[in-house]
Amino acid sequence: MRAVGVIEGGVSVLDRADVDTDQIIPKQFLKRVERTGFGEFLFYDWAKQPGWELQRNPILATGRNFGCGSSREHAPWALEDYGFEAIVAPSYADIFYSNCTKIGLLPVVLGEDEVRAVMAAGSARIDLASQEVVWAGGTATFEIDPETKRRLLNGLDDIGVTLQHADAIERYEAERERSGPVTTALA
Amino acid sequence: MAGSLFDKIWAAHEVADGLLYIDLHLVHEVTSPQAFESLRLAGREVRRPDRTLATADHNVPTDGSTAAAQIRDRLSRVQVETLERNCDEFGIPAYSIGSARQGIVHVIGPELGVTQPGMTIVCGDSHTSTHGAFGALAFGIGTSEVEHVLATQTLQQRKPRSMRIRYDGELRYGVSAKDLILGTLGRIGVDGGVGHVIEYAGPPIERLSMEGRMTICNMTIEGGGRAGMIAPDDTTFEWVEGREAAPDPLPLDEWRELRSDERASFDKEVEIDASDVSPQVTWGTTPGMVTDVTAAVPEPRGEGDERALEYMALEPGTPMQEIRLDRVFIGSCTNSRIGDLREAAEVVRGRRVASSVDAMVVPGSQQVKAQAEAEGLDEVFRAAGFDWRSAGCSMCLGMNPDIAAPGERVASTSNRNFEGRQGRGARSHLVSPRMAAAAAVEGHFVDIREWE
Repeated sequence: MRAVGVIEGGVSVLDRADVDTDQIIPKQFLKRVERTGFGEFLFYDWAKQPGWELQRNPILATGRNFGCGSSREHAPWALEDYGFEAIVAPSYADIFYSNCTKIGLLPVVLGEDEVRAVMAAGSARIDLASQEVVWAGGTATFEIDPETKRRLLNGLDDIGVTLQHADAIERYEAERERSGPVTTALA
Repeated sequence: MAGSLFDKIWAAHEVADGLLYIDLHLVHEVTSPQAFESLRLAGREVRRPDRTLATADHNVPTDGSTAAAQIRDRLSRVQVETLERNCDEFGIPAYSIGSARQGIVHVIGPELGVTQPGMTIVCGDSHTSTHGAFGALAFGIGTSEVEHVLATQTLQQRKPRSMRIRYDGELRYGVSAKDLILGTLGRIGVDGGVGHVIEYAGPPIERLSMEGRMTICNMTIEGGGRAGMIAPDDTTFEWVEGREAAPDPLPLDEWRELRSDERASFDKEVEIDASDVSPQVTWGTTPGMVTDVTAAVPEPRGEGDERALEYMALEPGTPMQEIRLDRVFIGSCTNSRIGDLREAAEVVRGRRVASSVDAMVVPGSQQVKAQAEAEGLDEVFRAAGFDWRSAGCSMCLGMNPDIAAPGERVASTSNRNFEGRQGRGARSHLVSPRMAAAAAVEGHFVDIREWE
């Protein structure tokens, strides 16, 4: 995963609440077995509607409960491939939020009014280290889990980090692992 | 310290701070190929193939195809073949097309007995919450996390907050678990559970069958909940006993401890009187946009509602029972188990599907299909004019040939009425199996409580 530090630039606005991952990347594009190239299908059906415009900017500002629905990581992949490096919204669906942090797409939570101000400003600067968003006429801080922040700042490989606990996993398996079910015994 | 069911399962699986051991990892063809590929590129192995199980469901045609090679859509075929090859390479048991154990991942887990009380269960699919019906902690993950679990059998996870929804009263005649959860979503909203693991409790939950409990937990994600769970009891134990992967004898002393203590505390509590719940029908494009079948399409309360009504081509004030349908879909991980099919079959027995309606029943697994056929349910459905299909996700999400056409209106027993979910431009209304069956006969929604 690439490291995340400062993200600065234009803000694209999608002023809708409860945007689900079926809209972000419709199901017909989930058939691919690759991880790349999803950007051109971002908001595929909405993009065909008259009046739709979503500029390619580093920052997307949107409504609450963004990314609800399916667990498809293809949604963050598509947003990232389109050019977004950070999202600013009042809230996110849990799985979507987690998926974003796994690929270095920074999900920033701000209050409704602050998100509105970022939308109006049209550009912003997000600093993960200081957990701060600055825009013309305003500034706000955001919360993020310290461990998630550390991984993002350093671009750490999650599996590599976990394998540093390999001893603890082995100990768990030796001493505390519950019995069964052994899926391989079914075959 | 008094703990909740969730606290107990969490504590029993914490390997290190923020690192959770996973007892069962379910895998399907859509969210796994990139995970296997990354694993391969990094030269990593699957740590515990014996705690991993795969099936093909999303892409599977429901026409009775018995091998991946028969899938006509090239991308779907490649995805299923890739799953088969990956599982073969990494030693993971896979029940793909043609297997008598194939089916929707959330149907076959419980059915095979690999889903058990007290476990941690994950799958690259948001409806993994279904398995919480057995008193397990089960939730959906993304592809990066699928790779992480394959490699380490653990998941990095901050402990979510807890929520309890307590039901009182009793479900009235004609009102099902599906109506209860839809009504609950209407009440808490589609983000009411975000960041929380939800325990469903109270007498109406205890009286539900395992199928009903699975329907409830399945749709937890539709309210934004991280996981849904129900304390296991005799209903659970009887259901699990004797299944292929179930322990023999069942560790009942241990399993009976899996319940929230009297004084367990929750970050959020909601109380709902089940007696007040009527049969539900969604009118919009989120599962929370729902109302009583006896009500009318509501006035929009904002831009989101207006957009939803425009997409659904509905006018506020239209009685729900006047909404005419083009299609009826009975299936999906929410409502495709034998109990669901029995309920729907009872409604249509001796009746005919309206001539304007195209209706289909898609059993959730090959085992459900075989059971239904042994009971003659397939004949009941066929005689009524339903299309009787083979197992898969089918029209729940249209990644296979079962797709609704633009503008078509569908009464569906599935879980999501998002725009385009069942086909581009298709308009979905979520209902219970009995409500869907009755709607198929009449060609419009009816109040199942008064319908003869």
